[in-house]
Amino acid sequence: MEKKHEQVHYVGDSRVRVNREKMYPKDYSEFPGKTEAFLPDFLLKEWMVAVVFLVAFMTLVMTEKPPLGEIADPTNTSFLPVPDWYFLFIYELLKFNWAAGKFIVIGTLGLPGIAFTALLLVPWLDRSPERRPFKRPIATGIMLLVLVSIVVLTWSAETEHKEQLESAPGPTPENTKVIGQNEQGHKLYQQNACVKCHGEQLEGSNGPSLLGIGNRRSADYIIKVIDEGKGTMPAGMFQGSPQEKKILADWLVKQKQK
Amino acid sequence: MLKAIYDWVDERLDITPIWRDVADHEVPEHVNPAHHFSAFIYCFGGLTFFVVVIQILSGMFLAMYYVPDIVNAHASVNYLQNKLAMGAIVRGMHHWGASVSIVMLFLHTLRVFFTGSYKHPREFNWVIGMLIFFVMLGLGFTGYLLPWDNKAYFATKVGVEIAATVPFLGPYIASFLQGGDIVGAQTLARFFALHVFFLPAALLGLLGAHFILIRRQGISGPL
Repeated sequence: MEKKHEQVHYVGDSRVRVNREKMYPKDYSEFPGKTEAFLPDFLLKEWMVAVVFLVAFMTLVMTEKPPLGEIADPTNTSFLPVPDWYFLFIYELLKFNWAAGKFIVIGTLGLPGIAFTALLLVPWLDRSPERRPFKRPIATGIMLLVLVSIVVLTWSAETEHKEQLESAPGPTPENTKVIGQNEQGHKLYQQNACVKCHGEQLEGSNGPSLLGIGNRRSADYIIKVIDEGKGTMPAGMFQGSPQEKKILADWLVKQKQK
Repeated sequence: MLKAIYDWVDERLDITPIWRDVADHEVPEHVNPAHHFSAFIYCFGGLTFFVVVIQILSGMFLAMYYVPDIVNAHASVNYLQNKLAMGAIVRGMHHWGASVSIVMLFLHTLRVFFTGSYKHPREFNWVIGMLIFFVMLGLGFTGYLLPWDNKAYFATKVGVEIAATVPFLGPYIASFLQGGDIVGAQTLARFFALHVFFLPAALLGLLGAHFILIRRQGISGPL
């Protein structure tokens, strides 16, 4: 600190010292290679990237119509709530037993709190001057782990929501007429347990409606669901022979809308 | 003629140094996608800002038709999407832009993290960036309710219920978000105000600070 003995000078009549050492950005002439002025040279190149991005973005906008559901109805008890996709991982976190019920604090405040505080304080948690990701394996490792868990949680929340949507009794289709009422398939449907959950007229009660199932599912898929069960539906509910099962599935595939 | 006007203004307001300061600073080769294709990862931040600009512009146009009350909100969104010329495009840009901005922000954060760019002397800019992230999530959460369809309503209800389980502060957070005891008319008005006035103001302030700091400190050097 040899400056101690120097006379202190101020800028104008302020208390700001003249020649106070500041952290100026490194002069880019010290970097190897070609630098260019921000405007217009560099910005033009960045705009090129932005144009590619914009084309992709507008393609998405023009092909996918933004969804708008029915007007909010607070008395609707069957609606399955789902947050926007970027909140799904927190939503999924709260389904774990150790982060729900009595321990909900862990899910709402504990883990997200720790994660977000850590994220905010990253520059002070990882203080080494080293910048390359492989030279600071702890920081890199933790971040990768967090990334993987976010992806996995989002993924499982999404699949779970899809499954719930499928096994919930959805909206009644327009045409409620059961096709092929005199066929053997219909008889098998009514003789077995199917009718209890999927309804007398395939309208669904505890289980989803099967009207229009032929638009969505193949006979093989239906047989698989009958054998293995799905969601709340237990396996092996069908008591007949394999041939009868096939007849039932073929009859269900005939249930098409429009 | 244009030059004469510029000179006239410049003589009085001395505007040249302001824009030359922005224009003239050198951008190093290692972040320039024209020199290294892989440098496109350094464009994520700029692209995030680009999407934010798209969000602000499309949002301004949506606000010309959107009505923030529980009777008309859904109908006004339905109208601007299905009856209005280009309405579906503008709402589409705002709807998909919300997701895309989160994605780009996420990618930008990861780039900064994995290149260690938050280190000395740029610690504060990282913190400001994280605050921007939270504000953007807040914008996503509040904007989700505004179409006032079932999805919006029940997602917000669940979100508020989750917030209410926070110890001690929970009930206060919930009543602050709801503006009452239920998700209802007050909540929609409140989320609209947050989404359109409070959070964008915070966002613009933070973005300004973010950019000033980048300008002060420069882009981090090559790895």
